[in-house]
Amino acid sequence: MSATLEQSPKIPGEAEPAAVRARTTPRLRGKWLAALCLLPFAVFFFVFQIAPLLWVAIHSLNTADGWGLGNFQKIFASKFYLQAIKHSLQISFWSSLFGILIAILGSYSLRQVDSKLRDFVMAFSNMTSNFAGVPLAFAFIILLGFNGALTLLLKKLGVIEDFNLYSKTGLIVLYTYFQIPLGVLLLYPAFDALREDWRESAALLGAGTWQFWRHIGLPVLTPALLGTFVILLANALGAYATVYYLTTGNFNVLPIRIAGLVAGDISLDPNLASALAMVLVGLMALITVVHQLLLKRSYHVAR
Amino acid sequence: MSRAEAKPAALYHRTVVYVLFLILLLPLAGTLLYSLSTSWSATILPDGLTFKWYLQLWSDERFLRAFGQSLLVCFGALALAVVLILPLLFVVHYHFPRLDALMNILILLPFAVPPVVSSVGLLQLYGSGPLPMIGTPWILIGSYFTIALPFMYRAITNNLQAINLRDLMDAAHLLGASTWKAAFLVVLPNLRKGLMVSLFLSFSFLFGEFVFANLLVGTRYETLQVYLNNMKNSSGHFNSALVISYFFFVLVFTWAANRLNKDKT
Repeated sequence: MSATLEQSPKIPGEAEPAAVRARTTPRLRGKWLAALCLLPFAVFFFVFQIAPLLWVAIHSLNTADGWGLGNFQKIFASKFYLQAIKHSLQISFWSSLFGILIAILGSYSLRQVDSKLRDFVMAFSNMTSNFAGVPLAFAFIILLGFNGALTLLLKKLGVIEDFNLYSKTGLIVLYTYFQIPLGVLLLYPAFDALREDWRESAALLGAGTWQFWRHIGLPVLTPALLGTFVILLANALGAYATVYYLTTGNFNVLPIRIAGLVAGDISLDPNLASALAMVLVGLMALITVVHQLLLKRSYHVAR
Repeated sequence: MSRAEAKPAALYHRTVVYVLFLILLLPLAGTLLYSLSTSWSATILPDGLTFKWYLQLWSDERFLRAFGQSLLVCFGALALAVVLILPLLFVVHYHFPRLDALMNILILLPFAVPPVVSSVGLLQLYGSGPLPMIGTPWILIGSYFTIALPFMYRAITNNLQAINLRDLMDAAHLLGASTWKAAFLVVLPNLRKGLMVSLFLSFSFLFGEFVFANLLVGTRYETLQVYLNNMKNSSGHFNSALVISYFFFVLVFTWAANRLNKDKT
């Protein structure tokens, strides 16, 4: 690009005796220039990622009457915030569980069908992974809202009495939907670990389908299943747009409470919001630690 | 396994795949049908079909503005990401390979920290003070860069490892190219495909971003998702047309990425 930079690797006018030095200096200078290239990235990453996180971490300890754990005490003494945490965990857990079950069945079967159908459904699944947040909530209102086509159809068929999309059950159904494509995306490659000849060997040795899955299939897949489950949990825990659109911020989950405390109309308390945010980050960290512990105890496939 | 046994199994797998497809399709198909229907309430199927909601949508000035602003923010963020990440990747892999381990930890942060958490800090830090960016597209461009970062970093790293960076650079140096020239004229063209794929995919999820857009900027620089949220009380058919139009764009971009990905193998 610029003329001065282009010259830096090989300086033509160097004196002959200094040849050894000449070989090292430009190289060193190149290193410095290279390090300089890292600077813009570092600045932007700090400004938009590290600094906000640091602010949240520090101010979670800041209360009206000085520094301390007051905000956290307030959260864990408040039924309201405890309910938000409970709802968040319940919705995340059930939606991840249903999501991963559907993804397991789906991606296993995807491997067994002909490639044309497989490629099409895989591509479609990848596309729907972007169908989340506000548009998804809207689609679900049309389909499963009080007057939704599917609600009416299922009511007429007598499958359901009534369905409230705006309740915990409704949210679990909605969350499960957006977990499926992610689950398929992550699990599909994992089935590579399960070799077809193992199934044949097991069958030859007299194992039934159930025994094969119980003793071979599931243990081999456990690390991948755990990893996927953790990612799904984290995905659901942090989700905000869907609930926000569906219930205008009235359903009590952690992300809604956090956002309400910094951008709501009623009560603004950035410090308490920071503490809640740290609780959310803490939950994610806890899940990751549990994942690592479980992973250590599970069976590993030799690579 | 005998043929008689294999058949029901194949049928079972086909059924599962079709059911999966149907589940994923249902909300989209419902919205598409709703956007094309004249009126549809309290019945299982709509009364009639029409295109008027699309015409109304695509002549709505506020929609067009929100659409343009969404595109601008996404392209801006992607341009920023390219400008920041490409030199970073090159320098890390060519000069400081040991930094890659650190980078792999750093790029986990945007994943591990939900946007809601980041926006608490962003709102307080840049609401006023030396960098008053809240309410402007700049803050969105910056925070979208962090969303795209892990994804682009991984995708391009994979591509870099596949092209054997060091040999390529040594060869270029031997032929008399400077490091800059080699990076731009030799390495960059080789990364084009990985870069394009990651750009298309990043675009398709940045285009649907709502949390940052709503919390940090809101109506002051309305993006498509925020517009959709604010139009909540208008006609459902109109909103359906909006959702379908939005998803159509996402579809085009993911499809393009898919196509590019296939060419490679």
